[in-house]
Amino acid sequence: MAAPATSFDKIWAAHLVARLDDGRDLIFVDRHVLQETTCAVAFAGLKRAGRSVAHPELTIATQDHIVSTDPGRDEDSNPGGRELLTLMRSNAYASRIRHFGVGDPRQGIVHVIAPELGFALPGSILACGDSHTSTVGGLGALGIGVGTSEVEHVLATQTLALTRPANMRVRFEGKVGPGITAKDLILRAMGELGVAGGRGCAVEYAGSAIEALTVEARLTLCNMSIELGARLGLIAPDEKTFAYLEGREFAPRGEAFSRAVAAWRGLRSDEDAVFARDVLIDCDTIAPQVTWGTTPQDVAGIGERVPDPAGFADARRRESVAQAIRYMGLEPGMKLAGIPIDVAFIGSCTNSRLSDLEAAAAVVRGRRVAPGVRGLVVPGSMSVKREAEARGLHEIFRAAGFEWREAGCSMCVSINEDVVAPGLRCIATTNRNFENRQGPQARTHLASPAMVAAAALAGRITDVREVPLS
Amino acid sequence: MRDPVSSVEGVMAVMPLANVNTDAIIPSVWLRTATADLGKALFGGQRYDEHGAERPDFVLNRAPFRQARILLADENFGCGSSREAAVWALAQFGIGCVLAPSFADIFYENAFKNGLVAGLIEPATYLTLKATADAHADAPVFRVDLRSTTVTGPDGLSHAFRIPASRAQALMRGDDEIAITLRETDAIEAHYAAARARADWLFPPALERARTS
Repeated sequence: MAAPATSFDKIWAAHLVARLDDGRDLIFVDRHVLQETTCAVAFAGLKRAGRSVAHPELTIATQDHIVSTDPGRDEDSNPGGRELLTLMRSNAYASRIRHFGVGDPRQGIVHVIAPELGFALPGSILACGDSHTSTVGGLGALGIGVGTSEVEHVLATQTLALTRPANMRVRFEGKVGPGITAKDLILRAMGELGVAGGRGCAVEYAGSAIEALTVEARLTLCNMSIELGARLGLIAPDEKTFAYLEGREFAPRGEAFSRAVAAWRGLRSDEDAVFARDVLIDCDTIAPQVTWGTTPQDVAGIGERVPDPAGFADARRRESVAQAIRYMGLEPGMKLAGIPIDVAFIGSCTNSRLSDLEAAAAVVRGRRVAPGVRGLVVPGSMSVKREAEARGLHEIFRAAGFEWREAGCSMCVSINEDVVAPGLRCIATTNRNFENRQGPQARTHLASPAMVAAAALAGRITDVREVPLS
Repeated sequence: MRDPVSSVEGVMAVMPLANVNTDAIIPSVWLRTATADLGKALFGGQRYDEHGAERPDFVLNRAPFRQARILLADENFGCGSSREAAVWALAQFGIGCVLAPSFADIFYENAFKNGLVAGLIEPATYLTLKATADAHADAPVFRVDLRSTTVTGPDGLSHAFRIPASRAQALMRGDDEIAITLRETDAIEAHYAAARARADWLFPPALERARTS
């Protein structure tokens, strides 16, 4: 009888091409997604070495990081981005890679379009030159974020040489209260485990609270695995996953889909599978989460206060907390609720799907953004934008004073023109609150879409549970 | 083919913070083109003020650390974004080796692809090396040797660092990883053919159309 295996073990084993002399595994990559900021140098390297793309049919490219999100934009709208956008389009064309650039109805953030096109599938391995590739773990795929050299390696060989990650499990058990989302669950895990808590690991998320999540919520949760330091995160696929994928452009169809589902049902971790590390997150007491500092682990419930550095026993942690509070322009002991904000951003690969926009719109409907606050809503893909408009969400946001923009990474990576001005404070549905992340001297608080919407209306960080839904 | 690396010798600068992220190592504002001077951009957010002038108190703006070849860092160095430009910025500045108690996974992989030595040290060694560098602030010259996997300070004392033997050898040979993997092309294609036969649903017609179009 085969040894008990985790979901990760099963998928990894099915992709093992060779064990290398140096202890690493050569892994077949079923799907490769390109974005403009990490592939230009990779294509240049290929060309210099006289190599070609081994499997263009397993590759898609989309423009997301540096594109303008101005309404009515085209590829030239952000002059600073023209070089990288043009390079990607021409490289993709020359290599016969499908390219979903600005103007294509499928354009969007890599980690939003890979699931919605059915390009990422349960049991597959998907690589992308972007750390949030772990997002597709929400479908039961292994999403591996890599650097540019490894993008070149995948282009040339359709494989990656990787050190096999260790198995770790994070179980979310209990009953999640009203107003609590997948974003709050993963932020809470961040606070408990820290930004290095999953280093070197493939993290499987399990437990009753995970089973209760929608597929889009699972994508949000897995998205931030990299913020736990993990190599990837995944959730075993179930009936919801199968229903989500049926009929999508690159998903199998008809009889092939039935056979796929039969195979996908076998991907769950065996009952007696062993995890090198197994942790439990109690979901009963989780409040809406918001970060106060400059790493995602600097997080607390909305009812709590900015911590006092003096309260930390470890000298280095004490110093980093003090620096974070200084950078953020806060004081120890301040209540998180009530901190005034200048910008509210709803978007990014973490929280820009239809359900995220619906959750925000439910808070916004019939209300107005507070005077002096800039609010932006940036759908994760043109498909999300179309669906949202079909439901009238854009009218709710616009009537409230939000900007309704085109699809892209926008004010998450701020490599485009969507930047938070120096010293201003932004509450965002993104994944990183690092110093200078949203622009030089920008201050970022991470929260769920509903929390960001509530803050935009109040002009200050607010407990969304106290805002009556209309 | 990269230039082989067997040792790195020079001034060691200390970055005494845990969880230094790649946004800090290379801020996104410098990533808008394929041709920026990344050495100048290294730690740009901390190195320059809002007018673009150097902040005199930042370590890399002070002598002798402007010529630093080695960086001593704390836990989980290189976390956050996968941007390989973080490694390129370090290399273009002149850093040939980063020593830290731990590295973020993607940064660690990126380092070796570019001939940057990423050496793992014990937390106690971190404190010892930091103290040695502080005590020799005028000439904190260290030597990192891949053959002996030791770092030797200006006090003449050597300390071990860890690096997988295969990684050290690859650095010393200047291996081209893609060339090595391409020797496995037959095995890779056999795997793909078998996977298509066994799990045809994973490679549906809509996906494979590009093979023939």
